[in-house]
Amino acid sequence: MAFLELSHLEKSFGSNRVVKDFNLDVGQGEFISLLGPSGCGKTTVLRMVAGFETPSSGAIRIGGTDVVGKRPNQRNIGMVFQAYALFPNMTVAENVGFGLKIKGAGRDEISARVTEMLRLIGLPDLGARYPFQLSGGQQQRVALARALAPKPQVLLLDEPLSALDAKVRVSLRNEIREIQRELGITTIFVTHDQEEALSISDRIVVMNGGIADQVGPPFEIYNRPTTRFVANFVGQLNAFTATVEDGAAGRVRLGGVPVTLPAPVSGGSVDLAARPEALYLGRREGNDVILPATVRDVHFLGSVIRIGANVAGMPVALDTFNRADQPPPAPGAAVELSLSSRDLIVLGG
Amino acid sequence: MSLWGRLTGWIVLIFGLTYFALPLLGLTEFSLKARRGVYSLDAYAKVIADPEFQATFGYSVMMALVTIALGILIVVPTAFWVRLKMPWARPYVEFITLMPLVIPAIVIVFGYIRLYNTSSWLPLTGSIMGTNLLLAFGYTILALPYMYRAVDTGLRTIDVATLTEAAQSLGAGWVTILGRVILPNVIPAVLSGAFLTFAIVIGEFTLAALLDRPAFGPYLQRIGANKPYEPFALAVIAFGITWACMGLIQLVTRFSKHSKVAR
Repeated sequence: MAFLELSHLEKSFGSNRVVKDFNLDVGQGEFISLLGPSGCGKTTVLRMVAGFETPSSGAIRIGGTDVVGKRPNQRNIGMVFQAYALFPNMTVAENVGFGLKIKGAGRDEISARVTEMLRLIGLPDLGARYPFQLSGGQQQRVALARALAPKPQVLLLDEPLSALDAKVRVSLRNEIREIQRELGITTIFVTHDQEEALSISDRIVVMNGGIADQVGPPFEIYNRPTTRFVANFVGQLNAFTATVEDGAAGRVRLGGVPVTLPAPVSGGSVDLAARPEALYLGRREGNDVILPATVRDVHFLGSVIRIGANVAGMPVALDTFNRADQPPPAPGAAVELSLSSRDLIVLGG
Repeated sequence: MSLWGRLTGWIVLIFGLTYFALPLLGLTEFSLKARRGVYSLDAYAKVIADPEFQATFGYSVMMALVTIALGILIVVPTAFWVRLKMPWARPYVEFITLMPLVIPAIVIVFGYIRLYNTSSWLPLTGSIMGTNLLLAFGYTILALPYMYRAVDTGLRTIDVATLTEAAQSLGAGWVTILGRVILPNVIPAVLSGAFLTFAIVIGEFTLAALLDRPAFGPYLQRIGANKPYEPFALAVIAFGITWACMGLIQLVTRFSKHSKVAR
């Protein structure tokens, strides 16, 4: 049974429907990411769970209890904000202990919990410092400790890594995931960064225009996107239009090359897609689709080389690992690209 | 900047300083001339020893403290709420808080007397406590433009919405949020407003005189009408109090330990 249930959630600001019939069941201890571009409604969903926005309709249940009528301070939810939101007038220890103090915990209990939380985030000696004396990464760790200290039922993370530099972002997201696993707390993480979502989530909800376009584990979202939006938004994508020859048998013609798809298709043409890493430079065993191409440009990225090419007038990109004994082809060279028809994604929506 | 530009700047600065400082120097110099032929503090000694000075000054200090408390109680929650929930109302609230600058104190006090006289439905002028209360309300109105602006500027320096939401998510109610999160973070601004209020109340004449309360302003006027040197000594004391308030504002702002810029 789901621990956190969002059923038929809707939110409008005036005539603008920001969230439309949003449904999501989150299991106890699950780490869910809401992924989508700016304005897709992901933060609004999070804020409705937190109680900062009231849904226009729908229900939010935590542990079976409907919390829609409850104020934010009655929901027992921990939240971490993009801007840290540490109280500037309080020390790190006071910040972490704030929630417990509000709950009426005793001094000894607060002190013990603060020590435990500061140890958990790896800042055991910084309790006496003020927020302005900490780096961005340290401030966000403290914000996480503060949110976790009162033992909330659900942890909400509103783009907590956006304000940090790239290196800190990667290390902190791993730390967040480790802490979440250790505590087993149900977590919703809002981000517009697909790499973040793919790397730490149990499941991802890809949102578009206030709707959950696709919900699934990162592997499924990346490899089996069900809509054109998800395919485009998550990772890079080569899109092709193929002519359907025998829809029931899944036979199509792609750039003049006959291809048999694993599933039947309908209509006169079909939109297909392939990830850059699904394409291979040259022929390879198991790759049943061979596409003649002309190299357009070559980008050396270190361990990976990204090659841009034209296939029957359609631009494609492919990624290949760098190998010291295999220099990449020069721009203008005629090459063959191959891929397995099983790696072709049939785009809907 | 060219030599002429710099020179012009200095000339303007020196002119401005002279314009402000010269009358004050003259005032101070005259206040020290109570004893014939030598400079002395006789006028200050007389003034300070005067029981009426002590009584009126004490009264005005007390009224200033009450006014500051009232101002904080009214302005901090209002400015907080406007910033958090009603940003559209900000221009209107600012306009209202500016009204005391364009409506003379004498109009306000006549309005009070008309509304709260002994034959009205709320006869505040019928008792000393009622009149004191009315005076405190009047002072609060007079200080409103300064207090509101100071607090609003303070609120602008913090992320009110996010801090409020953070506190709410940790279980805090509105009183806790205002008292433990918002107010401590705008203390330098509140104190700035408080010191300005103090300076206004200490020297205020119109409201206190027309409500017939024993405040420092009317005392200053009475002494000025009857004695030669003492009023000047009093004026210097009043200036000293105002400047001390300004200095305190600077000190509080500088030594506020948690309001430093984040690294």
